[in-house]
Amino acid sequence: MEQSVTTYEAARLASLGELRKIEFIFDRVFNAANNPWRHLGALSFFFFWIITASGIYLYVFFDTGVSGAYQSVEALSNGQRYAGGVMRSLHRHASDAFMLTVVLHLAKEFLRGRYGGFRWFSWITGVPLLWLLFASGIGGYWLPWDRLAQFVAIATVEWLDALPLFAEPLARNFLVVENVSDRLFTLLIFLHIGIPLALLLGMFIHIQRVNHADVHTGRVLGWGTLAALLVLALAKPALSQGPADLATVPHLLAFDWFYLFPYWLLYSRSAAELWVLAGAVTGLLMLLPLLARGARAPVARVDLENCNGCARCFADCPYAAVVMRPRSGAGPGRMRAEVIPALCASCGICAGACPSSTPFRSNERLVTGIDMPQLPVNELRAALERGLSRLRSERRIVAFGCDCAARIRALEAPDVAVFSLLCIGMLPPSFIEYALRSGAEGVMVAGCREGDCAYRLGNVWTARRLEGRREPHLRPNVASERVRLVWSGAGEGAELARKLDDFRLALEGMPRNAPHLTSRTKALHNKIPIERGS
Amino acid sequence: MTAILRYLAQAALYVPFMVIIGYFSTSPAYVHLPSDQALVRLSLSHAGQRIGECRQRTPGELAKLSPNMRAPLECPRERAPVTVELEIDGKLVYREVLQPSGLRRDLASTAYWRHPIAVGSHRFRARLRDRASGDFTYAREQTIELAPAQVLVIDFSASQGGFLFRF
Repeated sequence: MEQSVTTYEAARLASLGELRKIEFIFDRVFNAANNPWRHLGALSFFFFWIITASGIYLYVFFDTGVSGAYQSVEALSNGQRYAGGVMRSLHRHASDAFMLTVVLHLAKEFLRGRYGGFRWFSWITGVPLLWLLFASGIGGYWLPWDRLAQFVAIATVEWLDALPLFAEPLARNFLVVENVSDRLFTLLIFLHIGIPLALLLGMFIHIQRVNHADVHTGRVLGWGTLAALLVLALAKPALSQGPADLATVPHLLAFDWFYLFPYWLLYSRSAAELWVLAGAVTGLLMLLPLLARGARAPVARVDLENCNGCARCFADCPYAAVVMRPRSGAGPGRMRAEVIPALCASCGICAGACPSSTPFRSNERLVTGIDMPQLPVNELRAALERGLSRLRSERRIVAFGCDCAARIRALEAPDVAVFSLLCIGMLPPSFIEYALRSGAEGVMVAGCREGDCAYRLGNVWTARRLEGRREPHLRPNVASERVRLVWSGAGEGAELARKLDDFRLALEGMPRNAPHLTSRTKALHNKIPIERGS
Repeated sequence: MTAILRYLAQAALYVPFMVIIGYFSTSPAYVHLPSDQALVRLSLSHAGQRIGECRQRTPGELAKLSPNMRAPLECPRERAPVTVELEIDGKLVYREVLQPSGLRRDLASTAYWRHPIAVGSHRFRARLRDRASGDFTYAREQTIELAPAQVLVIDFSASQGGFLFRF
């Protein structure tokens, strides 16, 4: 058992390594902000909207009748090739791309182990979406009522008939052509609109526990993907495969493997086996969060005396774990933050957002409005002070990193003091100024690659805070050349070390940093043994 | 990397995406049925006969019933299982005893069965018994020449005389 677990873990890590290699190649070409591998969820939403828009156009011309269905779709493809034909092809290809990105999204989150703990809700609510997506696609294949539609219709009902649900086999509705009525197509179009709407509702629920969900592709990725689909629509239009004829069975079919793969299993194995397989896969996916249950990290804690109700933690929490409540006994409009433990990811981004998390406060013990019990800001300030006083070099560098990104602790050196946070988003920008004022020559801030933060938004918020675009921001009086923001993901330790060397070189070319001491940093500065250079 | 090179590289990376979507949306082709085969689809929905005889209610029994419920006959609801057999070229290929559906076993017995078959001439013999015991109630026998991809539907309708061979 232990052996198989180790083998599984090795295989998972190897797959993750291969995936990262692909992502890095795409990062170089697209930049992380537009890398499709980093926005698979957003791409899935994007494909949904393309399918919706093209579907509305097709619906205008679609005839919901046995004979009219095929003819109306043929008229779309042939009669208006560059409008209806392109729309039909876009509808088809975007549907296939939708399935592809959804499966890749699922596989990627699985490989990263992102299905347990606070992520259980997003995972569990994602599983039924697979069925709704499949049902939406299958329903679409019925409508043109061509040979493929005939196959899909009969295969679907033969599969459903294996369940003891129906008093009469559904397949009897497709025995002879007289059994197929216009009303069936009215029902089908209703289902083909209703099921995707249920899918959309499911997608909405899926992202409910995620703040600032990544549901919009950027302009570059969006236009690029749309252009690729348009080229594909023109190069390989979606076509019907001859009118349905229940008196014969289609021998050979141009098969859409994205949706029809189960039907290959249906006839190569059996309907019962396919149900067992589909049920087992669904059940296993649903049970994964339970199997991944482990010790829970301590969650964020609010200190009401130091919480001023500014709502920055509420705005920055990536998982909607912080809510604002009216403060009891205070005047109207006074609020306080409250943590919902079940939703908290223990990332500490809220502590980085709290304006009270500034180390310049003269209190002996620094207590902030919202903090992480496992790494309070008071401890971080003390560690920073200890680290700076330990350094024996003229050019002291402070490096803040993150437990999830490249291993910052490996950079510990006589001239470098390193601090690994729960997430780089936990770093209050004032700590950078504090380090510079206390004698550091430069501060390196290292986080996960863009679009790859383990807690989704830690690196985004950090970059914006340091650029002055998000509160709490790094004050403009801090010399920007002495602050280096770098992104290096897990396993990129060598890359991170190279970036530190670059920064070290850059600092050597600068004049010495003159600390601007406050009463607190002055006390600290006096403790630091400085080896004076020539 | 210059902007133009970057856009060219992006376009190049979209190609595998288009190839994967374009190819697997239609290929490889799926062989649903070999070209030298036809298909037999046997299906029926038929309620077996009631397992007991109807009984005339006595005047006393009728009087105890509500006026709107005073049906003179009392019939058992449960139906007999339906036995279906299909022989092809003298060989029994399908035999099922179909239980009536419904919680009270008072609804139709149903069946659906698909069977690929080599093209050519075949002798089909279908039989059905819808009573608890006794001989087959309905039977039909016919020789049919099946072409490639042809579907032979074997349906049943008691009102139309029993088995219907549609091809």
